[in-house]
Amino acid sequence: MEFEPTIVSFLCNWCSYTGADLAGTSRMKYAHNVRVIRVMCSGRVEPTFVFKAFREGADGVLICGCHPGDCHYHEGNYKCLRRYHLIKKYLDQMGIEQDRLRLAWISASEGKQFAELADEMTETIKSLGPCKVKNVMETLT
Amino acid sequence: MKRITIDPITRLEGHGKIEIFLKDDGDVENVYFQVPELRGFEKFCEGRPVEELSQIVTKICGVCPGCHHMAAGKATDAVFGVEPPPTAKKLRELFFMAHFIHSHIAHFYALAAPDFVVGPTAPAAERNVLGLIAKVGVEIGTEVLKQRRIAQEIQALLGGHQTHVVMNMPGGVRKGLTEDERKDIVEKAKGFVEFSQFSLKIFNDVVLGNKEYVDIILNGPYSLNLHSMGLVDENNKVNFYDGKVRVVDTEGNEHCKYAPEDYREFVEERVEPWSYLKFPYLKKIGWKGFVEGQDSGVYHATPLSRLNVADGMATPLAQAEYEKMYETLGGKPVHATLAMHWARLIELLYSSERCLELAQDPEITGTDLRAKLGNIPGEGIGIVEAQRGTLTHHYWTNEKGIVTKVNIIVGTTNNNAAICMSLKKAAQGLIKKGVEVSDGILNMVEMAFRAYDPCFSCATHSLPGQMPLVVNFRDKDANIIRTVTRN
Amino acid sequence: MANEKPKLKVAIYWGAACGGCCVSVLDVHEKLFDVVAAADLVFWPIALDFKYKDVEAMPDKHIDVTLYNGAVRNSENEHIAKLLRQKSKIMVAYGSCAHMGGIPGLANFTTKEDLFKRVYEETESTVNPDKVRPVPKYKVPEGELELPEFYNDVRALDQVVDVDYYLPGCPPQTERFVEVFMAIVTGAELPPPGSVVGANEKTLCDECERKQTENKLIKEFKRPWEIQDDGETCFLEQGVICMGPATRGGCGARCIEGNAPCRGCYGPPSTSPDPGAKMMSAIATMIDSNEEDEITTIVDQIADPAGTFYRFSLPGSIFRRKLFEKE
Ligand code: SF4
Ligand code: SF4
Ligand code: SF4
Ligand code: FES
Repeated sequence: MEFEPTIVSFLCNWCSYTGADLAGTSRMKYAHNVRVIRVMCSGRVEPTFVFKAFREGADGVLICGCHPGDCHYHEGNYKCLRRYHLIKKYLDQMGIEQDRLRLAWISASEGKQFAELADEMTETIKSLGPCKVKNVMETLT
Repeated sequence: MKRITIDPITRLEGHGKIEIFLKDDGDVENVYFQVPELRGFEKFCEGRPVEELSQIVTKICGVCPGCHHMAAGKATDAVFGVEPPPTAKKLRELFFMAHFIHSHIAHFYALAAPDFVVGPTAPAAERNVLGLIAKVGVEIGTEVLKQRRIAQEIQALLGGHQTHVVMNMPGGVRKGLTEDERKDIVEKAKGFVEFSQFSLKIFNDVVLGNKEYVDIILNGPYSLNLHSMGLVDENNKVNFYDGKVRVVDTEGNEHCKYAPEDYREFVEERVEPWSYLKFPYLKKIGWKGFVEGQDSGVYHATPLSRLNVADGMATPLAQAEYEKMYETLGGKPVHATLAMHWARLIELLYSSERCLELAQDPEITGTDLRAKLGNIPGEGIGIVEAQRGTLTHHYWTNEKGIVTKVNIIVGTTNNNAAICMSLKKAAQGLIKKGVEVSDGILNMVEMAFRAYDPCFSCATHSLPGQMPLVVNFRDKDANIIRTVTRN
Repeated sequence: MANEKPKLKVAIYWGAACGGCCVSVLDVHEKLFDVVAAADLVFWPIALDFKYKDVEAMPDKHIDVTLYNGAVRNSENEHIAKLLRQKSKIMVAYGSCAHMGGIPGLANFTTKEDLFKRVYEETESTVNPDKVRPVPKYKVPEGELELPEFYNDVRALDQVVDVDYYLPGCPPQTERFVEVFMAIVTGAELPPPGSVVGANEKTLCDECERKQTENKLIKEFKRPWEIQDDGETCFLEQGVICMGPATRGGCGARCIEGNAPCRGCYGPPSTSPDPGAKMMSAIATMIDSNEEDEITTIVDQIADPAGTFYRFSLPGSIFRRKLFEKE
């Protein structure tokens, strides 16, 4: 059976979630592997959210926020950008492929871009295979 | 075949287990000393920035963290290819003397002395420092606690964190000493010298004054004919912080004398499937098994071996005691395991005197604390004497100073083979057919072990459960301010 | 001093530990006598001649409080942890190793295989052509010898048994220990089980005396030896990583007193389930740039983020260990 990855996405309420919603309402087809979690701002995405997603079984994590300069809270997406690079470096040290985490800017009107992004990321994760973080937790008992 | 297991061995630093195999008639067939533990610093230090190592490696041992901190400090200096300025060097040595003082006091009073003063076969609940206090008096007990605490305070002052020191930086130290602090240390050091002399007097009265004990030391099952290892200065005097490693053979002739960077030409380690701890031996001789004598590769690295390899002590009072010891015990080298306790007290006196010397050195309050760092050559070796043996740290880094490889030979590891052999010899001497194997006899077997392990400050404060006890709290004029009675 | 109440039965045990935690208990100095007056130590291998068989002979819940220090690294550590749990009313994870895995927990960056290979085969002073390794059971002429089984993972204590309280620190400051101990002795109301005791909710920065501005901003990260520390300014503001913002207060800023940046031994405040995550959040707020290229350059200056942010807590973190191909 082909591996069907689970990708958890954190979408900011003001731009990216609307963008994804647009993709949905316009009946664009995109990979069903992406589970959407709405957050108020990409700056709200704590590193813990990402780590927990992997630990609970996500094979990939996608964070989307407003384009630079457009954040509803001004600085949120920049904060997210800085965190993102730190987290990537950490993932690498932990033996987790950096490509399993992705940050993208999606505006409210970019439904198509979101659909393409979802497909693209699903392909990437498929080629990486399942993420093993969850297994490591299970060996505990 | 019957077997006796002592598990865990108590009153020692770290985990350990002794397996004694008896023949059917009750004589000892063989003894194994097993170290059931490994943490693997050699591996998990890889990837860390090299300047962090001096703080990470202290966690190898919380009883002698200062030794690892110093060996790491020196290895890190070498990685950067620098020498610390004189003030920094002296501050490190001053710290190190305080570290030796606190550890040696603790070892003698908490570990060694209960066996002699309370008696080697006394009940388990009394065979500890409180039993000791009950015998020798509360004043002495209080003084022990106080001197140990003062030594620790000096450590904390220079090293920041009281246990896991943060003193060293590549090329020097993080913190200097003020004039007031210096003066204070001078007073404290004078106290150490006095207390060390007093401790030697106790040893003299209690142990040397007892024919039975002297007999145990000299003729009992506690003697092992091995080569000796220790660090010496340019005059071949005992030094803990700096110098060359010297090895003398069982007859007292120099086997080798090497600079830290050459350690691999003289020492090798062996792996046995029944212990997590490796067994070092002298490379030039090779591993000949767990055997004594001139042809064996087994050596020991202890206070006694340090005195055996040296031509003397670098301070006057310690030198006089050094001469006395060898005179009493019949010349160099001494092979009686229990003489380690005596040697340790001589080292205590040396550390105290050296502590005073350093505190009186005008350079100690200097402000040049760190050498300028150039590029990172990438490999460095540091050797110091830990309380329980020569300690070697060897680091390799990449050009960014990220650690790529680590090799460590810890003090106790040097003595692994020697400890195994001492235990066997002691067991064979003590456990005989027809002799009931009592708890006391087993403790006497452990005594062979304890002689090696000075790294045990903890037990100073050890407390038994059920012993009746009166503790008087006194102020400095010896007035009782409070009494606690337990029964 | 009259003491009517029955004495507290206390056990202290070390797993994969350095002994520093035991020393910290002994460092009570003068307070020693108060502790003795209130407690009977029923098991403490570092200091007392009681053996495992003595513990095994105790009825369940016989011990009032066990202070377990050290991580769980092998089958012996685990066995004794479970034994003591069964025999104790209150189980305290004492010190960073028991709390979050501690320094020995850094071994979760590697595997048992790689670690053994390095220690027993590759180390430059080791000669082992037959690739001998310590094994759990080994036959010698006289019989069979046993060693505990070395695990692939280091675990924090609560990954093996239920823990009632956590007393953080490497080692815990002795004064903090005495406070907690006296609270138990006097029967003072204890926080709910599962709490961290003997440490503050506020971060170390809150009690640090170094000069700091409201908003720390960082343009460049430096290694500690790359700066000339002035002894006064916040380390982070000098560009040196300091775990202060992600670490509980309570230690008295020991390392800072010694002019060294904090490495986080007290663990994160209870608001953060992951110690390093808290630090990553804090640092992201401080990096003074909005340009992606510049941000990556600055982030790359952090020499060893995982080994620094999780210096004392890798096994207790969300990921727990590094992933390897084989797993
Ligand atoms: S927490 Fe620190 S002091 Fe305690 S055992 Fe672990 S390394 Fe040692
Ligand atoms: S970051 Fe470190 S130096 Fe700065 S205030 Fe916090 S604890 Fe103090
Ligand atoms: S400063 Fe940080 S690392 Fe040092 S003792 Fe305090 S909490 Fe631990
Ligand atoms: S509101 Fe969309 S990123 Fe901040």
